[in-house]
Amino acid sequence: MSKSNEAQVGSARVKRGMAEMLKGGVIMDVVNVEQAKIAEDAGAVAVMALERVPADIRAQGGVSRMSDPDMIEKIQAAVSIPVMAKVRIGHFAEAQILQTLNVDYIDESEVLTPADYEHHIDKWNFTIPFVCGATNLGEALRRISEGAAMIRSKGEAGTGDVSNATTHMRKIGGEIRRLSSMREDELYVAAKELQAPYALVKEVAETGKLPVVLFTAGGIATPADAAMMMQLGADGVFIGSGIFKSGDAAKRAAACVKATTYYSDAKIVAEASRGLGEAMVGINVADIPVPHRLAERGW
Amino acid sequence: MNVGVLALQGDFREHLLALGECGVSGKLVKTAAEIAQVDALVIPGGESTTIYKLAKAFDLFELISKRIADGMPTYGSCAGMILVSKSIVDPASGQETFGGIDMQVRRNAFGRQTESFEVDLDFKGITGKQFRGVFIRAPWVESYGAGVEVLASVEIAGGTHPVAVSSGKVLATAFHPELTGDNRVHRFFIEELCKK
Repeated sequence: MSKSNEAQVGSARVKRGMAEMLKGGVIMDVVNVEQAKIAEDAGAVAVMALERVPADIRAQGGVSRMSDPDMIEKIQAAVSIPVMAKVRIGHFAEAQILQTLNVDYIDESEVLTPADYEHHIDKWNFTIPFVCGATNLGEALRRISEGAAMIRSKGEAGTGDVSNATTHMRKIGGEIRRLSSMREDELYVAAKELQAPYALVKEVAETGKLPVVLFTAGGIATPADAAMMMQLGADGVFIGSGIFKSGDAAKRAAACVKATTYYSDAKIVAEASRGLGEAMVGINVADIPVPHRLAERGW
Repeated sequence: MNVGVLALQGDFREHLLALGECGVSGKLVKTAAEIAQVDALVIPGGESTTIYKLAKAFDLFELISKRIADGMPTYGSCAGMILVSKSIVDPASGQETFGGIDMQVRRNAFGRQTESFEVDLDFKGITGKQFRGVFIRAPWVESYGAGVEVLASVEIAGGTHPVAVSSGKVLATAFHPELTGDNRVHRFFIEELCKK
């Protein structure tokens, strides 16, 4: 018999383990109860509750912040799958609020306007696990050293243009493969160049993977996008604007779930790609002036 | 012996590793043809609604249900426990289960992620030190029938809830041995359920 007063909450294993359970799945951005239910019915492993999807944040401009707690709680009440929510980079008070709401994961996200241009949140201080974006291995390891329990490639959110997600996934994978091929005495300089803690660099070199789950995000809009990201080594997929900015959201959502599971079976991905209606229109990342690119936020 | 790990969604690779450490070469399975060939099946942790919907969409649901009913040794952890139950207390709309153990389970019984925890457990049939149970948005067994053996329980807020049970050739745990590096539960499954 075990007693609950011996139970340990908020351990690294419990936080990282939560992300392990999401692997092979799709996490969808939703802005209301109706969308959350569509996502759950389509087989999403979790939803990200936010007031505006990245495509609208981009279109409308202005400062973008944590969502209204009422809105998040309505979504929590409507679905049984995990509910995540976003805070601004460095905004630990927003994170404290989300912890009181019992969301299942906090995304310290470059999609919102950063609150601190020097420091990210000290994520070890929270019982709730955090996911953070990264464009390369050094950035991923800095976030992990701050306590992130899950990493996602940043991509370029709200564009429907998968090219940056591809770049970031290839970059992170390539840098991990490079570390794995190094002599042990070369890892000190590698840590210096990656601007990441030596202990984490050594761990990655030995295991050949990040110590936490690696999802992909930013610009994924089709089943084929999801299948490509999974083949590039993603453990799972975030889809933000790609689903609810398209013609038939329910059908597209279910199709992306299927393509994420059967990513290596092109026949199934082809079947899932049929008759989905209009995809989100999208913006080429190259057409966005550099200061407006969200992936540049965070360091 | 050919042990399959259902690889629709969740931490199936961790289960595969744990089986490997027990000297069993497992296989990830996600098609009807693959599932038809295995002698035993592990259903991993993950989202039970997602695994259910994918099993339904790809015509695996009836096949897996039938194979379990026909006596295929099966082990489910967390989402897997939900899927081998007879029924769910508060299911997502339309959610069904494969069946296998005469029990009703409660999803997310301990609460949301902030309530996820780890604790040392006495596990009947496992010798040596206590087993570290890692519970992540875990279910518990709400009620069970006569043929079900309780292997481990957790006491919380005055109530005692079974978190590891077996019945015939089917084993279920609300926690995740595959995340601990301790493969004694997998070994128990292989030695006590698959080989007997």
